[in-house]
Amino acid sequence: MTAIPPSELDRPALARGRSAADADLRSVSAAIRRAEFGDRLRSLALAAPLLVLLALSFGIPIVLLLSRAVYDPTIANALPQTSQALSGWSGSGLPDDAAFLALAADLKDNQAKGTAYELAKSLNARLPGARSQVLKTVRQLEGAGDRPPLEVVKSVPFWSQPGTWPAIANGTHAVTSFYLLSALDLRWNADGSIERVPPEQAIFLQVFMRTFFVAAAVTLATLLLGFPLAYLIASAPKGLAAILIVAVLLPFWTSILVRTAAWTVLLQKFGLVNDLLLWLGVVDDRLDLMYSRIGLIIAMTHIQLPFTLLPIYSVMRTIPPSQMKAAYSLGGRPFTAFRRIYLPQVFPGVMAGCLLTFILCLGYYITPALIGGASDQLISNFIANYVNVELNWEMAAALSFILLVFTLALFGIFARILGLDRLKLV
Amino acid sequence: MTAVATARPAGSAASAPAADLNRFVEFTDVEKSYDGRTFAVTRLNLSVARGEFLTLLGPSGSGKTTTLNMLAGFERPTRGIITLEGRSVDRLPPYERNIGMVFQNYALFPHMTVEENVAFPLSVRKIDKADITTRVGRALDMVRLKQFGDRRPTQLSGGQQQRVALARALVFEPSLVLMDEPLGALDKKLREHMQLEIKQLHTMLGVTIVYVTHDQSEALTMSDRVAVFNNGGIAQLGSPDDLYNTPQNSFVASFIGENNTLAGKVEHVVGKECRVALDGGGAITALAIGVAEGAACHVAIRPERLGMAAAAQAGNRLTATVDGRIYLGDHQRLLARLENGQVLTVKVGPEATMANGEPVMVSCAPGDCRAFPADAGTGGSKSKTTGE
Repeated sequence: MTAIPPSELDRPALARGRSAADADLRSVSAAIRRAEFGDRLRSLALAAPLLVLLALSFGIPIVLLLSRAVYDPTIANALPQTSQALSGWSGSGLPDDAAFLALAADLKDNQAKGTAYELAKSLNARLPGARSQVLKTVRQLEGAGDRPPLEVVKSVPFWSQPGTWPAIANGTHAVTSFYLLSALDLRWNADGSIERVPPEQAIFLQVFMRTFFVAAAVTLATLLLGFPLAYLIASAPKGLAAILIVAVLLPFWTSILVRTAAWTVLLQKFGLVNDLLLWLGVVDDRLDLMYSRIGLIIAMTHIQLPFTLLPIYSVMRTIPPSQMKAAYSLGGRPFTAFRRIYLPQVFPGVMAGCLLTFILCLGYYITPALIGGASDQLISNFIANYVNVELNWEMAAALSFILLVFTLALFGIFARILGLDRLKLV
Repeated sequence: MTAVATARPAGSAASAPAADLNRFVEFTDVEKSYDGRTFAVTRLNLSVARGEFLTLLGPSGSGKTTTLNMLAGFERPTRGIITLEGRSVDRLPPYERNIGMVFQNYALFPHMTVEENVAFPLSVRKIDKADITTRVGRALDMVRLKQFGDRRPTQLSGGQQQRVALARALVFEPSLVLMDEPLGALDKKLREHMQLEIKQLHTMLGVTIVYVTHDQSEALTMSDRVAVFNNGGIAQLGSPDDLYNTPQNSFVASFIGENNTLAGKVEHVVGKECRVALDGGGAITALAIGVAEGAACHVAIRPERLGMAAAAQAGNRLTATVDGRIYLGDHQRLLARLENGQVLTVKVGPEATMANGEPVMVSCAPGDCRAFPADAGTGGSKSKTTGE
């Protein structure tokens, strides 16, 4: 028997020990993962009803509606033969007679199926004035007797105008950029490039600008009014602070419609505000506060004040009074201490409050509808009009989509500047 | 106004003969009331000498923090005058007082780095950039945080944060630094370490420090003098050993260190001493500290001044039975129940072995027993001189 050096003996034992320890560690981390997975599953299960509700009532409808901005199969479905006939058309001049014949056949089919009006409306959205022309042609085709359909269609001058057929050809593509471009006052021109619509047709850019201006003005007003109030509440003794907070929140407990209605009472030509201003001698003549931009901004500022104030207040409350005391004792004058110590710390709250109010203002509908004048309607009013009155959901979807993109871009910029984690919304 | 940080031993300034040095800070008949009915501070008279480390010690609500806030300029006295280097500071806002202040919650600016925090008092004084950099570096060096300059305060431990606060309060070389329970948020071990560190800074810079705490051991460890506050006034002002050995009233006797208190009634007063009949039986001879014959009194005796009597020992002798024993390593505390039912704590050696119920004889010299009026001794009076 040869003596084995102890080190030789130990090596396999050590290796065994090490691998056993490794296996042990692995099984521990696997157990931790299993436990965490179970936890996550449980919390997901608890949130599941809400997630399903959100998906069904919010997510899916929004996606479906917004998809209408780029997907509109009405014309393609209504004019299948015309689509076929136009597939070989160069796009300039008039198409050949086959296209006119196909159009006549399609129009007859639509009349038979009862979808002629829908087609007329859809074409009208792209080609102003098309509605009456389509309906007129349909009627003439019906009462034509043995007149050839080609002749009937050609007898309506509309179908021989230069803009008509490109619009129809465009409409036969189900996926379209027409509405999105229209929402930005743009269109495809005959050369296939994008151009601005003529000034007399351009409306939406101006409305978007107006919406952003009103939102910015309201945000600024709520900040100027809300910041000092938030500071007052944050530094007030507990009891008084509670009363002030209730006073700020009180309007929250009445509906926005009621508050807006209250402002219509106050702002009227012979309303309380005008009475008061006249009595105080601030004005010589009654102001037109109702149906004006200024009245709209006043009412929206009132409604939005808590949204700006509360995030600012919640940040202010976290700043201990000793901070300012320290700044003073170190030689900081009140303004310096405010600017260098207080303001940088409440800045995330200010940003959050302003962002909240600004974004909410972009979507205001009731207040501008009731208090604003004809030239104070915001983008939401146009969207509502397209949904409820014009029944042009495609245009409504396109405007909503542009608004959503603007809003998300704005939010992205804020988050980029400040960092999402520093944006103290609550 | 000189705010020079010279390396001068702390004690020498306090004992300097010049009156203005002894009255570096002076409170004269200062009172503070918030509601017009009750006083947070009453009839406060207090002088702080240049270079002194003075501690305001007292339970919460005793007026010590109000006193500090009035000195810092955050509160205005309702009545009375506060002077700083002979000038009244009544109309001087805090940012013109040139007083450094350290807060319990550190009050560091969370949006600034450590360096920017320390640079703040210099930058508001419009000192030029290069000078600020050197002085900030020196201040951070002083509190051994040089390598943490670009961190945020929240990335530091509690002790490090308080050292930053110290550097910030000292960097502009104020001649007076106020500290409002600066170590209150730290754990015991760190607190003891920081006490020594603050004391060293005080000795090194020769700066005057007024320090507020409710921790009596902290006050005794650090201070040149301690003002014990109670009910809005100074119960006693003196050096730590004065307060410990010769308390002037029962509040100070029980607040500073551990004391046995026996309730009784003064039978007669002879010279400095008096004879007290204890409630429930027995009698004791004690030093009379402002007691009148026939009045109720409290007799205070330190546990370490009580002995287990050998038969021949003179002085007070009280028969008792052992009620319990607490082992503390280097010594033991014996609970001795007197015949009248009152219980005394006696400090005995670690080797003593006594069983519960065992009869013992507890003794003490009359000079170690101090009899105070039972109702008085709760401040509100003019600052008293120490000594008997």
